[in-house]
Amino acid sequence: MTGANAPAKPTEFFAPEVPPTQEGGETKVRKFNINFGPQHPAAHGVLRMVLELDGEVVERVDPHIGLLHRGTEKLMEARPYAQSIPYFDRLDYVCPMNQEHAYVLALERLMGVEVPIRGQLIRVLYCEIGRILNHLLNITTQALDVGALTPPLWGFEQREKLMVFYERASGARMHANYFRVGGVRQDLPPELVEDIADWCTKAPRAFDDIEKLLTGNRIFKQRNVDIGKVTKDEALAWGFSGVMVRGSGIPWDLRRSQPYECYSDLEFDIPLGVNGDCYDRYLCRMAEMRQSVKIMAQCCERLLKTPGPSISEDNKVAPPRRGEMKRSMEALIHHFKLFTEGYRTPPGEVYAAVEAPKGEFGVYLVSDGTNRPYRCKIRAPSYPFLQAMDWMSRGHMLADVSAILGSLDIVFGEIDR
Amino acid sequence: MSWPQPLPLLEKLGQQIVAKSKGAVTGYEVMYGELNLVGPASRVVQALTFLRDNKDCQFQVLIDVCGADYPERPLRFDVVYHLLSMTKNLRVRLNVQTDEDTAVPSVTSVYSCADWYERETFDMYGVFFSGHPDLRRILTDYGFHGHPLRKDFPMTGYVEVRYDDELKRVVYEPVKSVEWRNWDFLSPWEGAEPGYAPLIPGDEKAIPAAKEPGK
Repeated sequence: MTGANAPAKPTEFFAPEVPPTQEGGETKVRKFNINFGPQHPAAHGVLRMVLELDGEVVERVDPHIGLLHRGTEKLMEARPYAQSIPYFDRLDYVCPMNQEHAYVLALERLMGVEVPIRGQLIRVLYCEIGRILNHLLNITTQALDVGALTPPLWGFEQREKLMVFYERASGARMHANYFRVGGVRQDLPPELVEDIADWCTKAPRAFDDIEKLLTGNRIFKQRNVDIGKVTKDEALAWGFSGVMVRGSGIPWDLRRSQPYECYSDLEFDIPLGVNGDCYDRYLCRMAEMRQSVKIMAQCCERLLKTPGPSISEDNKVAPPRRGEMKRSMEALIHHFKLFTEGYRTPPGEVYAAVEAPKGEFGVYLVSDGTNRPYRCKIRAPSYPFLQAMDWMSRGHMLADVSAILGSLDIVFGEIDR
Repeated sequence: MSWPQPLPLLEKLGQQIVAKSKGAVTGYEVMYGELNLVGPASRVVQALTFLRDNKDCQFQVLIDVCGADYPERPLRFDVVYHLLSMTKNLRVRLNVQTDEDTAVPSVTSVYSCADWYERETFDMYGVFFSGHPDLRRILTDYGFHGHPLRKDFPMTGYVEVRYDDELKRVVYEPVKSVEWRNWDFLSPWEGAEPGYAPLIPGDEKAIPAAKEPGK
């Protein structure tokens, strides 16, 4: 950390030893600068935070990010639209399909593609699975950060089951590459829908178990109540979204206020917090998981009754069926064109956002009329959250830093991009 | 409040903003159901303050700030601000243009969260923000040179890193392990449409020649 890379206020790692002086009976102590990360189990990824401590009280936090920067936006500018979908799995890798969703929504808005209802239901179903995947990981690892070892073990059992649903639909447990412009890659078999519906009946019990471990737990409450408080005004000024605003009591959820897909015909509640502290955000996430199960159950029920295509029939954007390609020359040409040149979008700019589990995940696309994006900006929800780490942690103890960091719900894949 | 917002409402809002913002917002356009505003870069602070505080706008949240590079323009960079109003349930986008040397006023005084977004724009495009409290690189490596999202920055970059077993440390070297293959995916048969892809190599010679007999 020298030269141009030094933090704004230069920090001295090896400050000269100050001889202790007696001032009013108190001994002067020098301030500490410590590195939190880049390899730290509570950093939830590769985060390096330079903490300035006065004793055990945090005075300044300087997060150094970018250790996982892969240049996704640059890479996307060089390939056809459809080839960029897998990059979105690798942004927030705990809920991959929610990211893909924002990207395909942006493209659909540019090209004016309609998604058949079965495709919409499958998307919503898998986005809610993603939400539970994310919240299970976040709640339980945050509990781990404050000292509870059992919740991750119980939570990951459920995550494993959900990942199997991912695998049965897309072939991959995590990096699904399942959403396509106009729908989804493949239809779901009815057995899978039944199995998901079956899981939905059992999941609340698993959530009860985790909740029993945490919600009333004395240590968990001591570590989280009144820690990392965010007021409504602060939440707005710092660009928060998702649970970070709902924990502070702002009723804002894109699924409700700016509905996309078929969210407007589904029944669910939006849990709100009151105090805006780490504990309220935990409660919000816990309640949201139950709502997600409710949405999933409705989707499963409707999917079993709704036949039909799961992807648009327009072969200019969606590939024709394999069987059709064996007989029809036109279908074969469409397939060839789609997988070599891809589709072109009309010139223009769009911004599409979805309510990802962490908050508003947006994709800003600039198209110049070719088959590749001219510019694609990915708006990751946890980017502003981590930025707020500085003022949220000031005045808290060192041990609270990991509690706050855990409740911010950050994943470095999407912050660093 | 319904969503998506009806287009006439967006048109009306755009007109109002342009009329009332005292020149901080100079134009508007409704495209793909979204309201785009343009304004001079030097007055972006007034524009965003107006958009945040005016009672018809109430854009309390700055969703995103990002750059875009158009090397063929004299003012080559766009700086794009995305705003959201939770009370009016509206979104808006403000584009301002700047070049490599002219700094855009920082909007950290209007929206606190602009801090990292502006740092990122600076890092990726080299757009300067005047009055920013702490304008240093954010996503790229310590000691990185260049601005990777500029169109003239090569995809592979200039340096690569590897662990050197003899020196027992990570070393930086000029890129040699990968060669960037720039696939041309565009169909040559449709390539010559105006406004779409570049012409087929050699076509640029043919067009003036074809016109000459007509003279």
